Amino acid sequence: MRGRDSSRAFAAALPALGAASIILVWWVALPLFGVPSFIVPTPPAVAAKLAGEWRFLLANALPTVVESLLGFLFGNLIAIGLAILFVYSRHVRAAYFPVILFFNTIPVLALAPIIILIFGLGLLPKIIIAAIICFFPTLVNMVRGLTLATPNELELMHVLSASKAEVFWRLRAPRSVPLLFTSLKIAATTCVIGAVVGEWIGSNQGLGALIIQSTFNYQSDRLFAAVFLASSLALLFFGVVALAERWFIRARLA
Amino acid sequence: MPGPGGDRIAARGASIEARGLAIGYPEVDGRSAIVLSDVDLMVEQGDFLAILGPSGCGKSTLLRVVADLLPPLAGAISVLGMPPAHARSRREVAFVFQDPTLLPWRTVRQNVELPLQVGRENVTRPVEATSDELLALVGLAELADRYPDQLSGGQRQRVAIARALLCNPSILLMDEPFGALDEITRDRLNDELLAIWRRTGTTILFVTHSIMEAVYLGRRVLVLAADPGRVQEIVDLRPIKGASAGLSREAPEAVAAMARLRQLLAGQAS
Repeated sequence: MRGRDSSRAFAAALPALGAASIILVWWVALPLFGVPSFIVPTPPAVAAKLAGEWRFLLANALPTVVESLLGFLFGNLIAIGLAILFVYSRHVRAAYFPVILFFNTIPVLALAPIIILIFGLGLLPKIIIAAIICFFPTLVNMVRGLTLATPNELELMHVLSASKAEVFWRLRAPRSVPLLFTSLKIAATTCVIGAVVGEWIGSNQGLGALIIQSTFNYQSDRLFAAVFLASSLALLFFGVVALAERWFIRARLA
Repeated sequence: MPGPGGDRIAARGASIEARGLAIGYPEVDGRSAIVLSDVDLMVEQGDFLAILGPSGCGKSTLLRVVADLLPPLAGAISVLGMPPAHARSRREVAFVFQDPTLLPWRTVRQNVELPLQVGRENVTRPVEATSDELLALVGLAELADRYPDQLSGGQRQRVAIARALLCNPSILLMDEPFGALDEITRDRLNDELLAIWRRTGTTILFVTHSIMEAVYLGRRVLVLAADPGRVQEIVDLRPIKGASAGLSREAPEAVAAMARLRQLLAGQAS
């Protein structure tokens, strides 16, 4: 048992070692190639910025958190609702799926200025952009998930005289759960990207705004600290969804 | 559980009655692909009817019509004197598919209890046995909290049978339920099914492509022919089996009946 524990600890330590090695190379290579610190800061400089300006950084992270969470919530809710509609009405699906597919091909960077133009500079346009970016993968996955029930399973439900609602809750919905969590995990990281992109285009607060301003002002240490926070945020969201998935599966197995 | 099958047959009348029944699948151009036609059939309550025939003769399709999974193209069919849809909504009919069709996110017990959670609107038949009693009946009491993917093929089919019995159905439709199992397991499940039939007195329609299974299980054997699908003959095994249908697989009468059925089926090919 002891050997197994230590090998597990080793397996857990490997990614940390990998990250540490890259930080070390970054640290050593910068002076070696003569990169000035206002272009790329050293790791300690970023750490110092994170420690020294945490209040300011956190104040800017807050709007980003709100925007991405609300975008995550509405993007996924609308996607799931539409997926249910598509599964039950072939006509609605045939009418709107191509349109949605077309919208999905527009890069979010092209769509963002249009949305800012329409909805102004407040929180709303950022929430909309974050929602749009979550929406499509969840819609596609849920349409698939809700149609996973096999002909045999549907016939079983028919022989049992199950109503449409019962077929949905007892068969289609539980069948789609693995794909639901897959989409939520994708959305957990992309919603932060959506919020940051929205802040780039037009905002004076939030991590996206901080990234743009620090870039223009050659405040590379602040830029890196903001990038670090943004990606930590995405990781945190991902971790929460993964935990929820594990909890859900365990609750079902208990 | 109700008394032995014999009493029920005497007490009740027709379970399934079909006249001039034609069944098949509607095609796109408005015409229909007829699978089986001119079916005249009368099944008494408590009967065990084995349905035997070559591939494509419409064995399964016939069961699907009784279960209201497919409307008939022509003719009349009544299930307990009702249209199939009524009998279905009143939970008189249960179906066991070749694939056990267990829901993988439910435990064995939860799978057996599925009929209690859906489609209860028009059900008047009382549920007479609990899921635990039925699982004990099919020998799975110990495995009630397992998940389907932790069971063998034979165990899964037993769960499906327990689920079908939970509704206390008058009619049990079985579509090659043991077709995918090894022979030893199949023989054992055949014995268990006969024991259940004797205890519950349920009418059973059992589709198989095994002559031995048909003779061992059935009180009567409906032999279907293909191209075009039709009823060839109904072989009555009651004279050689007596009231409780006991007959070993090696009994000379069973061997003779098998030879006769083999001849009937081979005759179609020429």
